[in-house]
Amino acid sequence: MSEVFVMDAPETVAAPRVSEWKRFLKILFQRKLVVFGVFVLLCLVLVAIFAPLIAQYDPYKNDMAHSLQSPSSQHWLGTDNLGRDVFSRLVYGARTALEVGFGTVAFAAILGVILGLLAGFLGGWTNAIIMRAMDTLMAFPMIVLALLLVAVLGAGIQNVIIALGVATVPGYTRLMCGTTLSVRENEYILAQRAIGAKSLRTMVRHVLPNAIQPVIVLVTTMLGNVILAEASLSFLGIGIKPPGAAWGSMASAGFRDLGTHPLLSFAPALAIMLVVFAFNMVGDGLRDALDPKLRGKL
Amino acid sequence: MSDQTTCGVPAGEEMLRVKDLETQFRVDEGVVRAVNGVSYSLREREIIGIVGESGCGKSVSQLSIMQLLQRPGKIVGGEVWFEGQNLLEYGPKSAEMRAIRGGKISMIFQEPMTSLNPVLTIGRQLTESLELHLGMNKKEARARATQLLDLVGIPSPASRLDDYPHQFSGGMRQRVMIAIGVACQPKMVIADEPTTALDCTTQAQLLELMLSTIDACKGSLVLVTHNLGVVARYSQRIYIMYAGKIVEQGLCRDIFYRPRHPYTVGLLKSVPRLDEVRGHRLVPIVGTPPNLIDLPPTCAFYPRCSERTERCLTEPWPDLTAADGEGHLVRCYNPAERTGE
Repeated sequence: MSEVFVMDAPETVAAPRVSEWKRFLKILFQRKLVVFGVFVLLCLVLVAIFAPLIAQYDPYKNDMAHSLQSPSSQHWLGTDNLGRDVFSRLVYGARTALEVGFGTVAFAAILGVILGLLAGFLGGWTNAIIMRAMDTLMAFPMIVLALLLVAVLGAGIQNVIIALGVATVPGYTRLMCGTTLSVRENEYILAQRAIGAKSLRTMVRHVLPNAIQPVIVLVTTMLGNVILAEASLSFLGIGIKPPGAAWGSMASAGFRDLGTHPLLSFAPALAIMLVVFAFNMVGDGLRDALDPKLRGKL
Repeated sequence: MSDQTTCGVPAGEEMLRVKDLETQFRVDEGVVRAVNGVSYSLREREIIGIVGESGCGKSVSQLSIMQLLQRPGKIVGGEVWFEGQNLLEYGPKSAEMRAIRGGKISMIFQEPMTSLNPVLTIGRQLTESLELHLGMNKKEARARATQLLDLVGIPSPASRLDDYPHQFSGGMRQRVMIAIGVACQPKMVIADEPTTALDCTTQAQLLELMLSTIDACKGSLVLVTHNLGVVARYSQRIYIMYAGKIVEQGLCRDIFYRPRHPYTVGLLKSVPRLDEVRGHRLVPIVGTPPNLIDLPPTCAFYPRCSERTERCLTEPWPDLTAADGEGHLVRCYNPAERTGE
C-alpha cells in the first residue's frame, strides 16, 4: 500500500485549454442569423447614440408648409402630416426604443433576480409570500397589466419603464427562484455552510453566480418583447405620446394617411419588426453559446 | 504508515461526546427517525469509523453535529459535547456554531465533482475559510493556500490557484477538498464517504494523504463509510449503525475478529477477503433496510436476522450491553458466540 503512495502518479489533466471566451464567440456566431442580429443591434445602438448627427432635421419641429411629402433627396422617407421628417423621427425613435428596452429590462431583471434569489434560497414563508405575489401579477396578461399601470401612472417614458418592468418582473423571479432551488441543493453549498460561512455570503457569492446564467438569456429575449410592448402601448396612444418620437405612436399616427402615404406607418413598423427579430436571434444564439452541455467542446 | 493508523489502543483525552442524539424528518407520510438515540465519543488524535448501509443515518448523524440539517430535518433530542460546550445549545445560524464549523470541526464530502463551486477559482474557495476563521488578509491567505495545495500534492500549486474546478480531475478535486478541510487546522475532521466516488487506486492514495495531513495538524477523524476495508485499515474504534441506532461498537480488532451482532457478522461475510479459502462464497444479508417511518419498538434488524428468537419480537430493542473486549458493546438478545474465522 505504501508503494502506491510513493509512486503517486501526477493526475494532471492533459486536455487542451480552449479559452472560454473564444469558444463562446465561436458558437455564438455559428449561425448567420445571429450575425445578422448582432449587426442590426450594433447599428441600432450606434444610431441611437449618434442620433443628432444622423438626423438632418429636428424630429419635433412642425413644418406645415412641407407636410405629407413623398420621399425625396431632402426627406428620405418623406414627412408626416405635421411636416416632420420621418427619417429623423425614426432615428430618434431608436433612442426611445432602446431607452425603454434597456431601462425596463434592467429594472425588472434586477428586481426579479433579488426576489427570486431570496425566495429560492430562504424558502418557507419568504418564498410563499414572494411567489404568490408573482403568481398574482402573472395572472394578468403582460400588456393588459402594463396598460393598467400606465393608465394609473400617466404616460411618459419613465412610467412606461415602470409599468412594463412590473409587468415582466414575475418571469425573472420565477426563473431565478427555480434555478436557485436547484443550485441550493448542490454539495458545494453544503460545503460552504460547513466551513462556517454566513447565509448572505453563501447566497451572494455562491448561489447567485451559479443561478444567474438563464436570466442572461431571458434578458435578451425580453428586450425584444419589451420593445414590442412599448410599441403597442404607444400605438394605442397611452405609451409615449406625440411629439415624442416612438415607433409605435408614429405607426399609429400614420394610419390616417395609410392609403396615400404608406411609408408613414410601414417604416416604423418595419423598424420594430427588424429590431425585435434581431433581439430574438441574438437571444437564441446566446442560449446555445451559454449551454453548459456544449462547454469544453470545439 | 505511522502507528496511529493501525488498530492500536487509542490514546488522548476525550474531545467529543455525543449523547442520545435524535434527528427526525417530518414528511407527509409520517416521521422519519433517521437518528434514533446515537451516542459516541472521539478522543484527541483518534480515528473512529462509523459504518452502515445507505440510509442507516450515519451521514445525518454527522450533519446533526454540525447543525447543517436542511428542512424538514430536525434535531429533537440529545447532547453534543465538544470541548466542554454543548453544541446543541447554540442555534444553527449562531456565531458560535459558525466559528466551530470549518474552524474547529470541518467536513470532507463524498462527491469531489460537486463539492467545489464551478464558477469560482480553486484559490478563492481555499482562501475563503482562512479569511473567515483565521482573519488572514488576501495576501496571507493566498500564501497559505499555496502551501496547502502543495501539502496535498498538487504540482505547481501557485499557478493552479487560479484554475477552475473543471480543470481538475476527480482525484485532484478531492485533494483540494482535503486541503480545504484542514485549512484552519481543525480539531476534528468528519469525512463522509471521502473516497466512494474515486477509483480504487486513487482511494488508497487519498486516504493515506488525508490521514497524514490530519495527523500533521494533530486532529481527530470521524470516518463515515460503508466500506469495511477502509475502516479496518485505518480506524481505532468502530461503530456499526443500523436503522438510526448503533448496534455494535468496539475496538477495530474486536469488531473484525469477534463480531457479536448478527448484522456485523452479516456485513463481514458479505465482503471479499484476501485471507479467505478459495471457492468460498460471499453471503449477502437477505432483505432490504427497514423503512425509517413507523419503526417498531422491537429490533429493526429482526426481519433480516439469522439469529432471531421469540424474545426479539416480544421485547423492545435491547440497550447496548457489554460483550467481551474493551469497550465492546452490542445491542442484541442473541449475540453470535462465534469468535473469529
